[in-house]
Amino acid sequence: MAAAVALALAGLIYSPEIAAFCGFYVGRADARLFNRASRVVLARSGDRTVLTMASDFEGPLTEFALVTPVPVVLRRDQIHVGESAALDRIDAFTAPRLVEYFDGNPCETISYHDVVRSQNAEGVGGGNRVQPTAGQGVRIEARYTVGEYDILILSAEDSGGLLSWLSQNGYRLPPGAEPVLQSYIRQNLRFFVARVNLEEQSRTGYRYLRPIQIAFESPRFMLPVRLGTVNANGAQELFVYALSPRGRIESVNYRTARIPSDAQVPEYIKDEFANFYRDMFTRSAEREGLSAIFLEYAWDMGWCDPCAADPLSASELLQLGAFWAGTPGAASTFVTRMHIRYTGESFPSDIVFQETSDRGNFQGRYIMRHAYNGPAECAAGKEYRRSLPARHEQEAQSLAALTGWSIDSIRARMGQNGPPPERAWWQRVFQD
Amino acid sequence: MKAANPYYTPLLDARYFQIVALAGILVYSQCCLSFGPNWTAVALAILAALAVQWIASKMVGLAHFEYRSALISGLGLCNLLRSDSAWIYALAAGIAIAGKFVFRVRGKHVFNPTNLAIVLLLLADSAWTSAGQWGASAIFVFALVCGGGLVTLRAMRADLTLSFLLAFAAIAFGRSFYLGDPLAVPLHRLQNGSLLIFAFFMISDPRSTPDRRAARIFFAALVAFVAAWIEFGLYRNNGVFWALALCSPLSPLLDRLAPASRHEWDGESMGGHLRRVLRLPGGEEKSARDVLNPM
Repeated sequence: MAAAVALALAGLIYSPEIAAFCGFYVGRADARLFNRASRVVLARSGDRTVLTMASDFEGPLTEFALVTPVPVVLRRDQIHVGESAALDRIDAFTAPRLVEYFDGNPCETISYHDVVRSQNAEGVGGGNRVQPTAGQGVRIEARYTVGEYDILILSAEDSGGLLSWLSQNGYRLPPGAEPVLQSYIRQNLRFFVARVNLEEQSRTGYRYLRPIQIAFESPRFMLPVRLGTVNANGAQELFVYALSPRGRIESVNYRTARIPSDAQVPEYIKDEFANFYRDMFTRSAEREGLSAIFLEYAWDMGWCDPCAADPLSASELLQLGAFWAGTPGAASTFVTRMHIRYTGESFPSDIVFQETSDRGNFQGRYIMRHAYNGPAECAAGKEYRRSLPARHEQEAQSLAALTGWSIDSIRARMGQNGPPPERAWWQRVFQD
Repeated sequence: MKAANPYYTPLLDARYFQIVALAGILVYSQCCLSFGPNWTAVALAILAALAVQWIASKMVGLAHFEYRSALISGLGLCNLLRSDSAWIYALAAGIAIAGKFVFRVRGKHVFNPTNLAIVLLLLADSAWTSAGQWGASAIFVFALVCGGGLVTLRAMRADLTLSFLLAFAAIAFGRSFYLGDPLAVPLHRLQNGSLLIFAFFMISDPRSTPDRRAARIFFAALVAFVAAWIEFGLYRNNGVFWALALCSPLSPLLDRLAPASRHEWDGESMGGHLRRVLRLPGGEEKSARDVLNPM
């Protein structure tokens, strides 16, 4: 049976079905809020890279295939099947967070505590066996079965041969893929091709596909996104969690922008944080013409404030490819979370990264302040009450600016916590 | 000897355009982009550049304090170098200016001051550059090209900028043609703010590049070739900065092989007698103009 081939990041190949957002993740700002998002962990130090690739593929596993260029021929032990849980952990740890503050009695002091959540999530699974035969200038450099995947490392002389070889072996690549494959062949890249081995898959007992990890040494520090944009209808969503012992990782060929942060938002966002995050991200991405990479989190893994989830342990970091973690004298791991929504037009080239020595902290953080409702009869208390409507109006305005939601609907949703309805000018005169 | 520029007036010195253009880019990045230096870092970089220039001028006994070049180095560093410590900007500015006084051959700088500071701090892993920070916004690119073009034309070094850009573009397009990439790929590579700042404000520096036009064109093409080799062949970033630093020691050699009259920032307004070459104690040759206004 032919595997349907629709590519997202790095040639992660999906079935054409689109999973509708079901509203299940309300209150969480994790990567799974976004339909068909690819998630990638890049662990990098010096020229060594461990790349973890996960898709939220949902559909018959026979339809799943992944084609991604790699700089070297990988040995069997350079390929590994990771655990989704580790990926979910780093996603939760780096997710934009809603922080809840409670105003104290204005006649006394102000206290606060944080509310942030993390989650676990799942994908789906099934499979199909590959019967590769070399020919047409295509060379099978290696063939492995790792976990539930059948993996081939291919090199090719020209894209036409590779394309027809792939289609003869049950991979349907989208029209328009040939020039991209040709470019990768000429850059002396090999192709990492993975499909699900149904027998092995049923043996694992997992209902979903686990992420594939590869480790290699190469000066090339890039994410090949071009294959993924060939036949994409609409924009692609990509989350990159980059780990480095040095500092923040950034792209050298695309602009990095910070996600809006530290805005005060109305209290009702607590129940709508997922919608808030999605719409805010959409608005920010559109404002940049889908051509920027958004930094959502940059932090030393040793601590967090507030923590959306507990920092990852050395063994969890190791699972994600941070090969230096846990060794004596190793620097603490710095994590960078990047969120990219892109199209073939806005991201014509593959994304090239660099490690920087920037250890400055940044997080996507939104603040919800609960007003104090108890008795407060002192002068400060009266002043505090008088200040509330203006504050609520400010919150409504900033929410509208961040998300593009209509200010009237925000005011309506805020209810009695909202700013008072605007009075007509004559009502100031005839106030009875 | 090069003919004096008949349109020259001291107020329209190329360095004033350069200062305005670099300051404009800095303000743009501070207002509209993430990850610029904070204003403390900007202040420290500029103050350090001016201070080191002043001290070094006194130490070598110069009557003239050349604040414009120091200001250009300080602003250039703020635009190109990134660090999370404001003091690194001050250190970079100090290195840039001190490098001018230390590395000299026959009265000319061996290294472009800003380039030297960037390369040394990259080697020390104390800072990074942010080539992607400008985005590929067409309007910004346009403004930069026009502003930069004006600057280099005033300094009569447009040939350096143009030959570098042409050579680099030829390599980028040629590579994409060979790979079968669409035009968008090399265009995206060229729509890079750091590349253009380099082309218009760094490689065009008349004090660290060959005097003869043919030598300049060769030099610029060589820098483009080495930069492309570093980026496309070795897959290392910051190719242009490494390439210029690697090629800069060739500049004095090219001057010796193909001598020509020296560029003098405002020599055109001065009397011809200042162009005489002085032989200094120790055998170093300097033009009289360099002795008076060497930086």
